[in-house]
Parts: sequence; C-alpha cells; structure tokens
Amino acid sequence: MSNEEATKEQLDDQVKKLTPKDLASDQDVRWCPGCGDYSMLSQLQRTLPEIGVKKEDIAVIAGIGCSSRFPYYMSTYGFHGIHGRALAIASGLKAGHPKLSVWVSTGDGDCLSIGGNHFIHALRRNVDINVMMFNNRIYALTKGQYSPTSQHGQKTKTSPQGVIDHPFNPVLIALGAEGTFVARSMDRDPKHLKEMLLRMAQHKGTSFIDLLQNCVIFNDKAYDIYTNKETRGDNTVLLEHGKPLVFGNNRDKGIRLDGFRPQIVSLDDYSESDLLVHDEKSKELAFILGHMNDQPDFPMPLGVFLDIERPTYEEELDKHVQLAIEKEGAGDLNALLHNGATWEIEGNGK
Amino acid sequence: MATTVETADGKKTKSVQYIEVDEVTIRFAGDSGDGMQLTGNQFTSTTAQLGNDLSTFPDYPSEIRAPAGTLYGVSGFQIHFSSKAIHTPGDRFDTLVAMNPAALKVNLKLLHEGGNIIVNTDAFDAKNLKLAKYDTSPLEDNSLKGYKVFPVPITTLTTAALEDTGLSKKDMMRSKNFFALGLLYWMYNRPMDQTLEWIQQKFGKLPAVADANTKALKAGYNFGNITETFTVQYEVRPAELPAGTYRNVTGNEATALGMVAATQKAGLPGFLGSYPITPASEILQELSHQKRFNFRTFQAEDEIAGICTAIGASYGGSLAFTTTSGPGMALKTEAIGLALMVELPLVIINVQRGGPSTGLPTKTEQSDLYQAILGRNGEAPVPVIAACSPAGCFYGAFEAARLAIKYMTPVILLTDGYIANGSEPWLIPNAEDLPDISVPFATDPENFKPYVRDEHLSRPWAVPGMEGFEHRIGGLEKQHITGNVSHDPANHQFMVEMRDRKVANIANDIPDQTVFGADEGELAIVGWGGTYGAIRSAVERLQSDGKSVAHIHVKHLNPFPKNLGDMLRRYKKVLIPELNLGQLAFLLRAQYRIDTITYSKVQGLPFTPGEIEDKANEILKSI
Repeated sequence: MSNEEATKEQLDDQVKKLTPKDLASDQDVRWCPGCGDYSMLSQLQRTLPEIGVKKEDIAVIAGIGCSSRFPYYMSTYGFHGIHGRALAIASGLKAGHPKLSVWVSTGDGDCLSIGGNHFIHALRRNVDINVMMFNNRIYALTKGQYSPTSQHGQKTKTSPQGVIDHPFNPVLIALGAEGTFVARSMDRDPKHLKEMLLRMAQHKGTSFIDLLQNCVIFNDKAYDIYTNKETRGDNTVLLEHGKPLVFGNNRDKGIRLDGFRPQIVSLDDYSESDLLVHDEKSKELAFILGHMNDQPDFPMPLGVFLDIERPTYEEELDKHVQLAIEKEGAGDLNALLHNGATWEIEGNGK
Repeated sequence: MATTVETADGKKTKSVQYIEVDEVTIRFAGDSGDGMQLTGNQFTSTTAQLGNDLSTFPDYPSEIRAPAGTLYGVSGFQIHFSSKAIHTPGDRFDTLVAMNPAALKVNLKLLHEGGNIIVNTDAFDAKNLKLAKYDTSPLEDNSLKGYKVFPVPITTLTTAALEDTGLSKKDMMRSKNFFALGLLYWMYNRPMDQTLEWIQQKFGKLPAVADANTKALKAGYNFGNITETFTVQYEVRPAELPAGTYRNVTGNEATALGMVAATQKAGLPGFLGSYPITPASEILQELSHQKRFNFRTFQAEDEIAGICTAIGASYGGSLAFTTTSGPGMALKTEAIGLALMVELPLVIINVQRGGPSTGLPTKTEQSDLYQAILGRNGEAPVPVIAACSPAGCFYGAFEAARLAIKYMTPVILLTDGYIANGSEPWLIPNAEDLPDISVPFATDPENFKPYVRDEHLSRPWAVPGMEGFEHRIGGLEKQHITGNVSHDPANHQFMVEMRDRKVANIANDIPDQTVFGADEGELAIVGWGGTYGAIRSAVERLQSDGKSVAHIHVKHLNPFPKNLGDMLRRYKKVLIPELNLGQLAFLLRAQYRIDTITYSKVQGLPFTPGEIEDKANEILKSI
C-alpha cells in the first residue's frame, strides 16, 4: 500500500479527508447480485478521497444503461443523462466549469454504439474528463441483445445464430481518436482497478478506461479466462511503464517484437532483456499492444497503453476567453450594442 | 427639378432630373458568384447611414456556386428603403439590376410596370440566353417595352476601368458588382465613402484587389454621372423615426446580441453549444467573436451534442443556448425532453427554413410550430416564443433567456430564414434599461432539496462546486421535492401536472396581447413570427381605406397571452396567414374553439403585403 500512502501525503490540507462512506448516497444500489458494477462503484468511492478534490467539485455524469445508474449511488454531484450522450453533457459541463473533476460512467453500448460519435470527438478534443466504460459485451438493461463489443458468433437474444457484426476494439478506437490516456482493467482486480482510476484522475485530458465487467445475467463468465485464477496468468499481460512484458501462470513467457509484430517467447529461450519494454509515451507501441489480443493465443494487455500530454480543450477555450479580455478589454454591453456603423436620429418621429 | 451637370473633365454636360420619392425597392440579381449579396449589403449599410427606414431580403440558392447563367443559380438581394416607417422588403421593385439573362427572367415578374431595368449587356450572349431559356434576346425583341431599360456593358466597362491594374481578365471581372453598385449609388444619390472605407478594411492585405474594387466602384458612379444614359436621379429623404441611436441589424446578428445581453444581465457566463446549419450558422459565427464577454462557443460534432453540451454547461451554471434550424431541431428533440425533466434553464433557437427533412435550406418557412409545441415524447410542455422582425430577434432571445432562468426550463425561440437574413434599422437600447434577470442560486444547504418549488413552481438552481448542495438529477421521473428517482404512479401524475402548470402559469408573466387597430370589428388578421411586417403593411393599407381590420401579432405561443381568446372572439372573422398549412390556426381552434380562416403559403417565400390585402378584401366582401 506504499503507493496509496504516497498519494495521501500529496493531499491538499484544505481538502476534507473523505472516506468511501462519505461518497455513498442514501439510495439503494439496485444492480443484480454479483454484478461487476459493485466493484467499480466501490473502487471509485475509495479512489476519489485520494485525488485531492473537494466533494462538491466532483460530478459524475452518465448515459443510459446499468452502469449509467452510477451517479445515483454517489453523494457527489451527479447527472443521469440520455442514451449515448453522457460525453457530450460532460464536455459541456467541463468546458463551462473547468475546475470540476468530471467522471463519466458509460457502457459499451452507450459509449460505442449510440454514443460513438461523442466518444471519438471527446477524445480528439481532449476535454479533461475521466471516462469509465463498463464493457460487459452485451446490452444488459435492455435485457440481452448483442452490443458493439459482443464477440463474433456470440449467441444473444437478437443473434440466435451468432453475431455477424465484427466487434469494436475499444482501446484501438480510443487511440485512433487521438486519446491521450488509454487504459484497460477489470472488475475482478480491485487493486489494479483502483490504481488505474488514480492514474486517470492524475491525467490532464480525456482519460479512457476499458473496464472488463462481468454481467452475471446475460453474459456471465465472458471474461472468465482473464479473471479465473487458473487461467488468468496465461491469458493476460500487465503493462507497466519501463518494464518488460512478462506473463504466464509461472511468469515463464514474454512478448518480444519481431519487426512490428509481437511474438510470444518462452523465457527458457530468451531472457527478460530480450523482451519488449513497455513505454506509455509511445503511440506506435500503444497501437501494437492494442491490436495484440485480436490475434489468437495472445494475452489480453491490462494497464496503461498510452499516457501523453496535449493541451486540454477547456484550457485552450479559457485561454481564448482570457486573451480576448486582455486584447479587447472585458466585454462592455453598451459598446457591443453600438458596434459598427451607427447613426443618430433626432426627435422628429412619433 | 432638372440640373445641368458639368463633369470633372468639363467635356460633357447633361440635364439631370431629380425626383424625390418616399420609397424605393431595388433588386440586385445575378449569378451566385456575382457578389450580389455583397452589393446588396453595401447598399444597405450606406442607406442605413443616411437615416432611411429599410428592410432587406436576401434570396439565394443553396448551392455555393450554381452553374453560371442558369435560372436556378440566380442570387438576389432586395432592399426597400423609405422616408417613412416600413415593415417589409417590398412587394415589387422599382429597379432591377440584372447581371445576366437568367437574373432578368427570374425577377421580371415582380418589377413594377414602367420600372427600371439595368442590364449587363455583355452577359446577353447566345450561351447565356440559351441557359436562361430565351429564344430571342429580350433586349432586342421588344418584350421589355413598358419598362425603362438601361443597357450597360458592365463587364466591358469594368475591364476597361481596370486596364492598368495588371490583373488578369478573370480577376478584373470579379469587380463588376462594384461597378453596378457605384452606378446605383449615383442613381439613388448615395455617397460612396462608407463602401470605399469598407473595401480598404476588407481587402487591405490584398492591395491589388482593393484598388480594383475601388476603381470599379468609382467607374460605375462616374458612368452614371457622365453618360447620357441616365437622366434621372432619385432622392429618398431620411425617415421620421423615434429619436435615438440606430444601427442596421440582421435577425441573426440581433439574436446573438440578445444572447450576450441576457448573459450580462443575468451575471452568468454564456455558453453556446451548436452545430452549423443554414440559416442559423451566423449566430454561432457571431458569438465566437464575443469571448471577452466570458461567452464560450462550442462547435459540436452534431446537433445532439450541440444541445447536450449546452445542457451540461447549464448544469454547471452557465446561461446556455443551442441554435439550429428545422432538421437540427428534430435531432435535439430527446435532449429537450431531458432539459425539461431536469428543469435547467436552456434556450433553444430554431431559425426555421423550408421543410420537411432537408427541405429548402436557404428558403424561409414557418412550419416548425407544431414541432416546437408538440414534438416530444411524453407530456413535455416547453414555453415557445417567436421573433417577428430582424430587430425583434434581440428581444426574443432576451425574453427566452429571462423565462428560462426564472422558470428553470428549456424555452424555444422561433425565428425564420426571412427575418434571420433580412435586416432593418434598430433603435439601440441602453444596456442599463434592459431588465435585470439575475439568478437567485440556492443559498441554504441545510434545507436544500433539488425539487422543492418556489412561488413560480421553479426548483432551485444549485451548481456543482457549491458546498453542501450535492445532488443527482437526470431524465428518469423525479420524486417531488427530493428529486430521487421515482416510479410511483401517483407521483408521476403529480409531476406531469406540476410541470404543465409551471409552464401554463407563465401566462401571468407575459404581457397581455395587444392589437393594432380597433379591439372589435369585422376582421382580425392574426399572425406570428416573420409574417409580422407583411401583415402590418397590409393592415395599414386596409385601415387607411377605412376598413374594419385589426392586426393581432402573437409573440408568446406557449402559453398564449391570457386575454387572447376573448380578444379573438370580438371579430366576425379571423384570418391567419401562415407560411405553413395552418399550424397556429390549429392551436387557436383547439385552445379557444373559434373558427378561423387559414391563408397558407408554402413556397419558400415570405408573404407580400399585397397578397394579404387581397385575401382580406375577399373575406371582407363575404361578410
């Protein structure tokens, strides 16, 4: 827990020491028993006290879907919007009120299907908001239709013969849309999830996390091979900045690059120094790693794919406001109304 | 009065007759690439400066550059100016400037008998005549007898004037609209100074272009002055208008100014979330220059994001707006429902155009009234107001913002392409005289409940960042007072009725309906929005003929003014001219159970006063 302690030390003295309890609202949480959303809620409630922001400066914005009920369960400011539009609402909130810490809870359908347009545009603008995409690869609140991340061939209520749409890879969309912070974590690894949420809070600009989340009712065990203790080691690989990509139940395998292609190698044949070393600052590498698990047998990368700096939208917008005031002076309404060619008419009329 | 003019070089003299007239209507018409809008706008600015009352009507195709010479590529700009108060850009025009045969053909039918036609004879070649579907040249086949035709080789004269500029022939030809403008300046006795100054400002960085336009303008003026072709100069004296400082505004400019004024009087940062769409884009463009007023503009990725960013900004304590036109309004529908459910202030401005679907993007219509009032899922009452003239857009935007803040509700302001693009002189108000609309934000965190209501049934506004007021809102039905999510059947009925009552009660906060004319009689002509000017002109004429006709112009369309129903019942007949198939008529009949006569025009064009006058006379005869 040294990581956690270090962050606590950095807390502004003025900020009340909140506890996770302080962040829970008085509303009953109404997710299905065993839903991965509980873990997400609990980790956000544990993380927010550590980010050094006052409770009243936190706003949680959502679209529609199971995960989008999130704001009701937080005692911060919260806004439950309409389907797919959470990112647009959050972008307007942040652009008009830059000092807030804005968190978006959205699902794979909400974010990538009906809200796909807002998703890519929020990322390219780099509005400083934190997007938690709960990815259960199914439409849950509408009861079991396939989503844009459902796997090819998956049988659902609307795909009795199997899904024929090719699934989206959320990480690659985020990278392709010029996202500046792109990560992946899972409901079943609270410690990693919390670490990722902290990193998101620290990042200036749009932070996006693909949160693999289990839907016990409509898509149970969709991520079992990544979460099950027996198979997890062989099927996931942890991305840590500056560290080689080692994985396997016995940590006996690694990823090295053969040209641009990742290659799985045995640590019997190679040493760790031969392996690919993760670099969060490399866009090129982020794309390679983002693609990696689209290929059979490759492990699913978990962690931060990319964390780079770019001015945020609201900073630049604010700069334009400040520049305009500096250059032209603060707005004078009478001067504006009289702007341009005017003329006087003396009292000859009615 | 006739005067003999001696020109600067002293070689020529001619006799010029000055005719003083009360009002003039001119139509500039040419290819969409001919710069007719620019010519019209310059003529308008100069005319405004001279103190005439005026009204303009830009009428252009939706293509950026329709193929040259075609009938559908004709771009027109009409200006009506007068020494008296006027309300419309004029039914028919006195002078037509036709830069090519297509422009002549498209516009001739609206030229007064005996009116002036200035034609660019250079453009009347075989190719252009064929494109305009003329078998023979109208300049030669005697078909224009009955008009005063002034044939001017504008292209040749412009290139001759620019010979020593070193520009290519193609570049020289770009200045021919300035030649035409100069000629009209001479004809209507207007000074060139303002346009000369504008040319320097606009093309200062391109001295060759500035020089060419200056030369072309002066050449046109001198051509009028020197040649024997023109022997008449018209004089239109300044209008008698209420005292004060004036400027010329288009409806879209005035809307933007009203939005800034509202944020200033509310003491709130301004926010516009919008997606460009004809004919509303100028509002976004205009406001992107107003950042010194702490007004932020957000050009969204689509219409839905436009309104949703505005809702987010409103949640965050800005006075938020979204601007659009019909098809964009359709996309915003779901979010308008959200705004009314979360009860946050928001102004939605729809600059209506011809519909349905993409319809007629550059042409005007009033067919989004049903949509504004009825077009949402659920019982979703939203206050609706409509601006009636270019300058009226200022007050429309301001009033919409006032209601939005006071009642914590989305408000729809309807304008339309006709008044948004048209312009008129505007008596500039003093900022100090505009009503204060500042917000009483929630102050007591101990007793704060997000859906408790004040005497106007409005809920308190508490903004993220305010300590102790943390709360959750959203599109799901709210429990009265607590604002928690509630599916309780009785609560839903209560909340539906509460929201309805809140909006209906606004009738207590808007002015009583006024009438122009007697408050009872034979015929009331009822209008809304941009038909104001045409109806008012028609009613003025009918009244001066001694007819029992009144004009009732409704600015608040939801709720209606409290006295409207009683007022309407005091006339034998109620005529409702609308640029749709009778949408206001439907609403009035439903609400007041009165009989009405609809006069419908759905041609992408505004009513002319003459059309309304004729219709009124027809009804009066039947009474």
